[in-house]
Amino acid sequence: MATIHVDGKEYEVDGSDNLLHACLSLGLNIPYFCWHPALGSVGACRQCAVKQFKDADDTRGRLVMSCLTSATTGTYISITDPEAVAFRASVDEFLMANHPHDCPVCEEGGHCHLQDMTVMTGHSLRRYHFTKRTHLNQDLGPFINHEMNRCIACYRCDRFYREYAGGTDFGVFGAHDNVYFGRPTPGTLENEFSGNLTEVCPTGVFTDKTHSERYVRKWDMQYAPSVCMHCSLGCNVSPGERYGEIRRIENRYNGTINHYFLCDRGRFGYGYTNRKDRPRVAFIAQDGKLAQASTEDARARLGGLLRGAKHVVGIGSPRASLESNFALRELVGAENFFDGHSDAEHVLVAQAIAILRDGPVASTTLKALESGDAALVLGEDVMQTAPRAALSLRQAARGLGQKLLAQQKLQHWQAGALENLAQDHYNPIFVTATHATRLDPIATETCRAAVEDQARLGLAVAHFIDPAAPAVAGLDAATEARAQRIAECLLAAERPLVVSGTGAGSAEILQAAANVAWALHARGKTVGFFLAFPEANSFGLGLMDARPLGEALDALANGAAEVAIVVENDLFRRAPTARVEAALDKARLVVVDHQDTPTTRHAEVLLPAATVFEGDGTVVNNEGRAQRYFQVFDTAYYHPDIATTESWRWLRRLLSDVRGDGHDASTFDEVSSACAAVLPQFTAITKAAPQAKFRILGLKAARTPHRYSGRTAMRANLSVHEPRASQDADSPLAFSMEGFNGTGTDNTPADQRPGALVSYAWAPGWNSPQAWNKFQDEVGGHLRGGDPGVHLFTANTQASTTYFTHIPAAFVVDNTTPRVVALPQIFGSELLSSRAEPVASRITEAYVAMNGTLAATLSLAEHDSVAVTIAGSVLSLPVRISDALPDGIIGVPDGAPGIPRIATGAQATLKVGAAA
Amino acid sequence: MSTADPVKLKDLPKVAPFVLHPDDRAAIVHEKTLYDYPRAAVIEALKIVQARHGWVCDAAVTAIADVLGVTAADVDGVATFYNLIFRQPVGRHVIKICDSIGCFLTGYEALRAAFEKHLGIRYGGTTPDNRFTLLPVVCLGACDRGPVIMIDDDTHFNVGPDGIVALLERYA
Repeated sequence: MATIHVDGKEYEVDGSDNLLHACLSLGLNIPYFCWHPALGSVGACRQCAVKQFKDADDTRGRLVMSCLTSATTGTYISITDPEAVAFRASVDEFLMANHPHDCPVCEEGGHCHLQDMTVMTGHSLRRYHFTKRTHLNQDLGPFINHEMNRCIACYRCDRFYREYAGGTDFGVFGAHDNVYFGRPTPGTLENEFSGNLTEVCPTGVFTDKTHSERYVRKWDMQYAPSVCMHCSLGCNVSPGERYGEIRRIENRYNGTINHYFLCDRGRFGYGYTNRKDRPRVAFIAQDGKLAQASTEDARARLGGLLRGAKHVVGIGSPRASLESNFALRELVGAENFFDGHSDAEHVLVAQAIAILRDGPVASTTLKALESGDAALVLGEDVMQTAPRAALSLRQAARGLGQKLLAQQKLQHWQAGALENLAQDHYNPIFVTATHATRLDPIATETCRAAVEDQARLGLAVAHFIDPAAPAVAGLDAATEARAQRIAECLLAAERPLVVSGTGAGSAEILQAAANVAWALHARGKTVGFFLAFPEANSFGLGLMDARPLGEALDALANGAAEVAIVVENDLFRRAPTARVEAALDKARLVVVDHQDTPTTRHAEVLLPAATVFEGDGTVVNNEGRAQRYFQVFDTAYYHPDIATTESWRWLRRLLSDVRGDGHDASTFDEVSSACAAVLPQFTAITKAAPQAKFRILGLKAARTPHRYSGRTAMRANLSVHEPRASQDADSPLAFSMEGFNGTGTDNTPADQRPGALVSYAWAPGWNSPQAWNKFQDEVGGHLRGGDPGVHLFTANTQASTTYFTHIPAAFVVDNTTPRVVALPQIFGSELLSSRAEPVASRITEAYVAMNGTLAATLSLAEHDSVAVTIAGSVLSLPVRISDALPDGIIGVPDGAPGIPRIATGAQATLKVGAAA
Repeated sequence: MSTADPVKLKDLPKVAPFVLHPDDRAAIVHEKTLYDYPRAAVIEALKIVQARHGWVCDAAVTAIADVLGVTAADVDGVATFYNLIFRQPVGRHVIKICDSIGCFLTGYEALRAAFEKHLGIRYGGTTPDNRFTLLPVVCLGACDRGPVIMIDDDTHFNVGPDGIVALLERYA
């Protein structure tokens, strides 16, 4: 700790920080542009100048850049010194000289860091009235708008995109007052984290193109604390709604998970909720077609159906909340509740959960990954299956720069020095996969092999680390040597990481990863262990110990069960088409979902479910953290005819109809508490967020900013009489600007807002996402009200290390019937985001990838068409030659149009026929 | 103060597809060996290409990036940073008139006007016969003998408006 003096007052700060960081952490306001909590200091913009004095008696002082000055004990500074104030105002005026006066038509307006800083510095009158420099803009693809005229040349975009995120198709061109930030040629920004440019850019150069379509100001949207549903990591998001449509997703700060950044799948994948073809009322099958029906009719039909049926099965879903899955389990009975994963994923999820829950090493967090200093990524293509984790792994790799800074006795925030020192050097990362991955460019070594061989390598690494772990017989010398290299490297690290997951479709990979993590643990290492799961609530559903889906399909096909209730699931993504059809042809099917899928078309009754934005729920992320997501808006307020509501509420209504107890209106807390009471593994979920009765200073928390406008008129098309605002019995949030909207003042007072209840980033004077500074215990740290979410179990440190002993046999290459591997895709593999138009436009065309040797044997060249037989269906696919694929393996992009969905990583044999 | 005529992209001359000359490739590969990081060789690579072709086209940027194993953005970032790496075609001879303070005091404005009138082009322009391109340049370090200009690699001192016709005749 250090004591610094700011404008005559004494403060305790962390002496290793710079003054800007320290002062912002204290809640003091210093304007800045080029600094960013996650990017460090470069001192380029000169906006954060303060006056520094030699000692308490010095009255002259000198201007220093607070971002480049250490907050050491005995520092005397003044933020309010007239010379410093005037200097900052003049810097802002210089930056504004070329900035257009287009705030009224600029999409950044209202959440613009440049606006905030211009107000903060007091520069209110433009004296420059000459021609401003202008630029041509580029088409940067479906996600990002480009308006270079607004640029103030802070370089944050370049530092984020190239250094932080590893993008290669972006740069800075030109010199002096004529610099240009963009791609070498117009085209889609290829980096998976490009969307963060919209928040990293302090002004409107990079804005959200998906939002442009139906634009609305930040202050005119309604928000709720939400969780991304597009992979298992559970990044926190802040969705904005207007007129019953989700208009934009912004990052919601969670200091243990995603902190400042999201991936593009999570940011731009929300469009599925606005689709016109969603079921929004109940449907009942008539003459082989689904026809709209009233809720009453649907319930009457279902009451009869369920009361009359001898045997009803319920099929849950990893994309539905815990409450929805639990309500289904309650309705059909535990013995009739089935897992919504494919059977292959059912096994993998159970294996992954057992490893994390029962083993000696629990999961580390996404944020903690960043502090690892060596990593083994075993089998999981994280950039495609859990993209945000790949960004964290990149920071672990870049962590070498911090060591180099420390050697030079430089502070950790010296970002310019860090880049100069680190250049292309990274902490060691070893990547194994069946194919080339986007982490390969920063990998120390890559191993491309079949899953068995990757598992064997992993098991051998574990044995080298701890000889008590089983040895692998029959490895070739090169693999032995590689295993030893990896083992030595992980042992030499202070904080080694082991990253794997279900994405490779192999339990043996998971077991091998567990052995490595446990071996490091046995050797006394603090190991960061991280497993990616298939979907947003795979962990939660897996914890329910449901029976595998195949048993339900069999029971339906053979007539043992007659009614199936499927909740938020498309069974055709979970099992082969013929098998699903055989089951659904016999069954009377009830579907509760918010998307029109091949499964809903078989339904006798279809109930319209709420999306994550339209309802409340709890999901469990890949580390076993239960997180609450809150309803963003009330659909019925804008469209009284719409019947969508959470699946759990539909199922509770059906339960009441079946029981005839008249208990029709369950609240979220009732269902959540019942889940926690019935299933002890979920005891903690009621603490994931405050319950509905919670108040701050007697108030609910507001969902909309206090400047929210137009509420009295937004329903005038229905009635000029404005109804009472929607009431929310399920949460401590209000569908209104009336409610608590503060940031809290310090760590314990009554006006502290729990982190789980912060809907959007705003603080007085801070309208941009930089307002998160005002909610954190220290800038870039944790939320003062606590990072949202609660772990369902703690590390089982008492567990003895019982290594997995099964050693898989080596893969046998058979090029006549090569194995097919589904290559996971950030855009396409996940159902909901792929139904959002901008994401759909990024989905790859179908192809079949193979290495040059195999292509040569078949006399195939790049782009040749080939007939591929996968699981009985014949596809004509163009060939892509990728020598990263090992012999005997071909790849098809998971989720590409026309590719039958085999569960990610599941494998089959196939025959490559003659060219079609 | 007038500003340079922007070259409209559609007016760029049609040129044969760029091919990196084998000698240039070898020279760039050699430069790469002289530095710890290939990015450091970008500036030399650009000079090698410009020496042969007179300017650096988009395809050359990509070719240099491929040879050095760096991104095209890195190469173009360097290429556009330096005002004497030409990213647009220039004439056979490039006239650079110093517009810094010393030459301003000794008659730069009249000299510039004379060049523009004689050649019929403004800054950034190239004569229709592709013989001359006219550009401003910063101080050439001969303020005692201003106005100073450079034509290609030759520096000329005390250049007055009257002498430019004879001077230009020396450059075919």
